Amino acid sequence: MKTKFFSCFVAALFVCFLAGTVHAGAAEMFAGQKGEIRIAGGTAHIPVMKTAAERIMTAYPEIRISIAGGGSGVGIKQAGEGLVDIGNSGRKPTDEEIAKYGLKLFQWAVDGVGIAVHPSNPVKSLTKDQVKDIFSGKTDNWKVLGGPDKGINIYTRDEASGTREVFWEKALSKGSISEKANFSVSNGAMKSAIANDPFGIGYVSVGHMDETVAPVALDGVVPSVETVKNGSYAVARGLYSNTKGEPAGLTKLFIDYLFTPEGQKIAEENGFIPVK
Amino acid sequence: MRKGSDIAVEGFLFFSVLISAVLTISVFVFMLIFGLPLLTEGRLFSLVTDTWRPGNGFYGIQPMIAGTLLISSLSVIIAFPVSMGCTFLITVLAPGPFAAFLKKTVQLMTGIPTVIYGFVGIFLLVPFIREFFQKGSGMCILTASLMLALLIAPTMILFFADSFERVPLSYLRAVDALGGTPVQKLLYVFLPCARSGIWSGVILALGRALGDTLIALMLAGNAVQMPGSLSDSARTLTAHIALVIAADYDSPEFRSVFACGMVLYLFTVIEVIILRTLARGRKAD
Repeated sequence: MKTKFFSCFVAALFVCFLAGTVHAGAAEMFAGQKGEIRIAGGTAHIPVMKTAAERIMTAYPEIRISIAGGGSGVGIKQAGEGLVDIGNSGRKPTDEEIAKYGLKLFQWAVDGVGIAVHPSNPVKSLTKDQVKDIFSGKTDNWKVLGGPDKGINIYTRDEASGTREVFWEKALSKGSISEKANFSVSNGAMKSAIANDPFGIGYVSVGHMDETVAPVALDGVVPSVETVKNGSYAVARGLYSNTKGEPAGLTKLFIDYLFTPEGQKIAEENGFIPVK
Repeated sequence: MRKGSDIAVEGFLFFSVLISAVLTISVFVFMLIFGLPLLTEGRLFSLVTDTWRPGNGFYGIQPMIAGTLLISSLSVIIAFPVSMGCTFLITVLAPGPFAAFLKKTVQLMTGIPTVIYGFVGIFLLVPFIREFFQKGSGMCILTASLMLALLIAPTMILFFADSFERVPLSYLRAVDALGGTPVQKLLYVFLPCARSGIWSGVILALGRALGDTLIALMLAGNAVQMPGSLSDSARTLTAHIALVIAADYDSPEFRSVFACGMVLYLFTVIEVIILRTLARGRKAD
């Protein structure tokens, strides 16, 4: 009995080892490292962070990587205060923030922020003025826009969100957002809210768009990886990973990893535009 | 002579009480210290009466206060009759094994994390409410209140059931002997005898409803507006704290969070005092 258990155990170990070596790839640079990397902030970044962390941790179980959300504001603040090693933000930190915390910025991808509606909604194209009117609450029925005779449910993000910041600046031209707007706490929460609401409208990172929601063309340009890449879709921003001062040790390796072909491929697979 | 072990146990219990009391007070002191800039600037009052428009320099929390009061009181109003009926079923009407099963189920319900209720609410209750009102997103005051009612009902039921079970059997026998119906038993024996237990249940349940964050955050829609109807999206103080805590520490947004905390603390204290006085006052009759 005991020997059988033992051989199973050895076999399991061996499988782990094999799996590790198979997945290692560019993660090899982490060989022999151990310790912890704490990451928080921008919610658009999370899928990429997760994939990268999984690959690294399967290959080198001695490395622990924790990933939290919170929004760009949280990422910048927590990195600046040393609560986390890497603070992600979906907007460029302000000069004030950079000076105050001594932040180093690493932009590893570009991401668009697209308007999304429920797939059953016939309204798939809007002008910038229409979008402004919808979000300010001036247009409150889909009928005016060629949809069903139903009220428009607006979804927005909290003030700490980089996605909100970019959308507000570039799509709404800093126009007002209605008091009636519902608030979602992350890109993921926004997507599932819209996927569940046939009469909702909101905005999500292009990387988060999938078949559960329908992208809406803005002034005739559909938000997608291609249109963001060739610059025709203007509501876009860089995805940043920020550290307090020059990164060192594991943190530096992780950031370097994001810029390796493998890291950039992960970004691309998640719907972002790689920078290299 | 008291035994050494007695003294040890007494000392340990005293210590635990001391820690809980000191913690409760220090939380208040903590909020006071951090909220002090608001108090000295005389901004606290305007914060409580203003609306929230950070873009225009308004950091008031009035809509959130209204949202909190509305959602939590509505949830207690919904949960109270349901809990009362369920308790009566468990203690009187239902046959033994079924009653025991019901009670176990209720006990199990108290342990379900709130995020599960929120999650279920999003996928089951929200679409239903949206269809029901035929307007809005379905994330509204009623949705959050219904789900909160489900969350706090087990607390109430267990408290009610405990106090019902303490009613002397001889009283119940007397009702049976007089030919009283079960309803009469509830109205004239259980309710008067179990009054203090019922109040405690309501206090705890209301406290839980006031303090719950996730249900409102996930289901109430979080819009910053004075709620006008049950189908309106609203934001509670707790959800507001959760949403704003991400702001910069030095910002007025962040400081207003302490006003939220103080108001919440105050609500809970007032609520407990009122209900305790009510319970005591009635008992003296």
